[in-house]
Amino acid sequence: MGLLFAAGAQAQDVRIGVLNDRSGIYADLSGEGSVVAARMAVEDFDAEAKGINVTITSADHQNKPDVAATLARQWFDQDNVDLIVDVPTSSAALAVAEITREKNKVFINSGAGTTELTGAQCSPNTVHWTYDTWALANGTGGAMVETGADTWFFLTADYAFGHALESDTRALVEGAGGQVLGQVRHPFPGQDFSSFLLQAQSSGAQVIGLANAGGDTVNAIKQAAEFGITQAGQSLAGLLIFITDVHALGLEAAQGLVLTESFYWDLNDGTREWSDRFAERMSGQKPTMVHAGVYSGVLHYLKAIEATGDDSDGAAVVAAMKEMPTSDPLFGEGEIRADGRKLHDMYLFRVKAPGDSEGPWDYYELVSTIPAASAFKPMEGGGCALVE
Amino acid sequence: MFELLGIPPQALFGQLLLGLINGSFYAILSLGLAVIFGLLNIINFAHGAQYMMGAFLAWMLLHYLGIGYWWALILVPVIVGAFGVVIERLMLSRLYKLDHLYGLLLTFGIALIIQGLFRNAYGISGMPYSIPSQLAGGQNLGFMFLPNYRAWVVVFSLVVCLGTWFMIEKTRLGAYLRAATENPTLVGAFGINVPRMITLTYGFGVALAALAGVLAAPVYSVNPNMGADLIIVVFAVVVIGGMGSILGAIITGFGLGLVEGLTRVFYPEASSVVIFVIMAIVLLVKPAGLFGRA
Amino acid sequence: MTDKTLDTATPRGGMPPLHRAIFVGLLVVFAVAPFVLYPVFLMKILCFALFACAFNLLLGYGGLLSFGHAAYFGGASYVSAHAAKVWGLTPELSVLCGTAAAALLGLVIGSFAIRRQGIYFAMITLAFAQMVFFFSLQAPFTGGEDGIQAIPRRALFGVFNISSDINFYYFVLAVVFAGLLLIYRIIHSPFGQVLKAIRESEPRAISLGYRVNSYKLALFVLSAALAGLAGATKALVFQLASLTDVHWSMSGEVVLMALLGGMNTIFGPIAGAAVVVTMQNYFASFGAWVTVLQGVIFVLGVLLFRQGIVGVIARWLKRPL
Repeated sequence: MGLLFAAGAQAQDVRIGVLNDRSGIYADLSGEGSVVAARMAVEDFDAEAKGINVTITSADHQNKPDVAATLARQWFDQDNVDLIVDVPTSSAALAVAEITREKNKVFINSGAGTTELTGAQCSPNTVHWTYDTWALANGTGGAMVETGADTWFFLTADYAFGHALESDTRALVEGAGGQVLGQVRHPFPGQDFSSFLLQAQSSGAQVIGLANAGGDTVNAIKQAAEFGITQAGQSLAGLLIFITDVHALGLEAAQGLVLTESFYWDLNDGTREWSDRFAERMSGQKPTMVHAGVYSGVLHYLKAIEATGDDSDGAAVVAAMKEMPTSDPLFGEGEIRADGRKLHDMYLFRVKAPGDSEGPWDYYELVSTIPAASAFKPMEGGGCALVE
Repeated sequence: MFELLGIPPQALFGQLLLGLINGSFYAILSLGLAVIFGLLNIINFAHGAQYMMGAFLAWMLLHYLGIGYWWALILVPVIVGAFGVVIERLMLSRLYKLDHLYGLLLTFGIALIIQGLFRNAYGISGMPYSIPSQLAGGQNLGFMFLPNYRAWVVVFSLVVCLGTWFMIEKTRLGAYLRAATENPTLVGAFGINVPRMITLTYGFGVALAALAGVLAAPVYSVNPNMGADLIIVVFAVVVIGGMGSILGAIITGFGLGLVEGLTRVFYPEASSVVIFVIMAIVLLVKPAGLFGRA
Repeated sequence: MTDKTLDTATPRGGMPPLHRAIFVGLLVVFAVAPFVLYPVFLMKILCFALFACAFNLLLGYGGLLSFGHAAYFGGASYVSAHAAKVWGLTPELSVLCGTAAAALLGLVIGSFAIRRQGIYFAMITLAFAQMVFFFSLQAPFTGGEDGIQAIPRRALFGVFNISSDINFYYFVLAVVFAGLLLIYRIIHSPFGQVLKAIRESEPRAISLGYRVNSYKLALFVLSAALAGLAGATKALVFQLASLTDVHWSMSGEVVLMALLGGMNTIFGPIAGAAVVVTMQNYFASFGAWVTVLQGVIFVLGVLLFRQGIVGVIARWLKRPL
């Protein structure tokens, strides 16, 4: 019977490449966890029974665009990879998007934040799944002003990414009626932020926006606690920070920090059930939104493959993905816009005080939900050529 | 109230004080480099990695054995210093007859190995390490809030730096050391075990790096790359001070901390390059460095 | 450096037959290789081989260890990328722009650096390279962390279409071999002989009336320009210029290549580059173990094999390579 079925349905070979950081600064928030998430998606979809043979490979791009580009090229040219997922670090993501378009394959990005992926450098082969910097700025900037915190000071990493993060957030803060009292540009990467924090403190702003990432953000938060800045009543707002960063900081230093994410393991029964299964395979680590995005993206890709029955034309697969509404237990119902932007709710969280936490990974309390319709940058004026 | 270039003087004092605090890290690290260079003629490229080891070891002592900050301050330099002694005996000692550049290449390789191993074992996100309870909190100085821990860092590193300077420049042991760099054969003829002295000197320099690491653990993120970029700044500090000059390394370390602090106020974008710019100028005007002998 | 195994005695009027045979052999191997191996990977080896040889020109023949060669390699890659993408220049002109920029950079930095020797020289080049890195991070045209991406491969001389990897490969092969032959020529020219004299004994060279600093600066600029040639070509190969190429770890990598292959040999850096690039390529999935392995090679290289791979072969053959 099984034999008959296999003969009846034409077997499809699908190769998925998980390309991310396995040794560097984003290894904890993407890394092996993304491979596990992709594998779980394949299992939950029950691909084999549906006649789709999925092979998953993975590699370390070291957060370097040239390494990412080389690996992506090699995967497409030599190893017949059909889909690349994850790819944190904006520069690496943009490089992979470019190659995916050239080779007409599919790229589902979960780990990177740049809005360029669905803006000026958008592509018919790319879907940007989990979050982007505009959505984070919108959640943290816009939603915070609405809660009454309307004077801001920015601590900005002095390079293109930091500037973009700052200017996006600034526009949203001012648009919501808030006021920006000043900003300071710190060298990247920075080690000591005390001097900049002191300048932020003397500005008297209610919110200090951290327009930086990774180790810089962690150091800035650590030192803000040391200099008593949060205790004195100013709030810190992380514009790009993940639950793994909070885990590394410890609640003592991170408490009170406000941040935006598109996923938290403890949101509802669906996320809890999946996250428990994930944690079992990852020796207790809860998933980040990047892991969740990889799961959800791969699941939707497989649905599109099942519907079209053909994985050879990447642009056609992405077009089919855009036609079908998305649905999974992690992000709920959603859709993919013409420019490749996946839409879902975003959430504004505040980090709990150590006393309110019930144990490891119990870190966030929900402040507000930003509905999908207003969570992402409007398509008009985004600069994407796919949008007429 | 008068203002200086648009900055109120209180804020300026605050920034200068912070500069001094950062300068104390530069001072201890460049002191270690200068000691090693002065006596072994080796540029210790592994200095940043050894600083990182110091911070990590403090974390490991706390995490695995429950040994706190104060004991770490003593134990960590001893352990990492011993590690340095092993490296010197096994590897560096074979290179003294060759060009000094081989020492640089060897320690560069050692730095890569140490950093790679720590990255494999602990990832890169960093480990939390809290300020010891005795030094938590801070003083409100009126013009700024000074965390007690930072004040401790400045005082402690000044004591360490001056103590080292005194030992090398003013004691009999220091005199032997200095003589051994000038003429090892002659000093050896006086019955002093020169190779052992050199080994211990390297161990001491490495211990200084580890000590800076322990001091840094509560305030900076403890991660495998923490020393990788810092080391280049410290190199520049040593070059400006004059390679091998002990006092030069100390004064330049603190001084450049101040200069960097001021840059952070007036032109923050340039604060990471200002040290290299100063280095270029110093080399143009005084190639041997501010305190170096040509 | 102290190991001076190189004997540059050359018959007048050309290359010794052994060297000629090696060059021809390499050319044949590389001409056929893309039909067997992945062309992008081969182009990477070629670019790094040129980079390592350019670096070694300074180290092996000038006795000057630069710890900041990433500045010229990466700086040129940005300029060539910008020229190809924004100014719309053809590949050969883009590469020339990059090379010229690297030469200029080499002139500025070199005029500071050659005032000092040995370790001081290494530190100064490192510090300047750091300044170039910060500049690349912040200058508007470099695209910060994103780098310059999607660089077009335009038609060669505006006529020949070389956009496919295999066609572009032969362009790269031609550029790199031209660079390598130029390096060979420099070493064996009268200019190269004077440099050798300076390396052996600077005071003696001065007393013979040579303006030592001018020679050193010229060598520095040549080395920077050729490193730039490699970087400019690499940018077009990967259609990408990024911060990786200006970071100081790149300066460390090129030292590793020269050390591993043999610092006092002509062909050593090529072998070193091939080994290091292959290692990075095939061990990419092992993450930080690549760093550890590089460190181990450094340590073993310094302690046990100071002549490097080709140096050992040369000793075995009793011929300079």
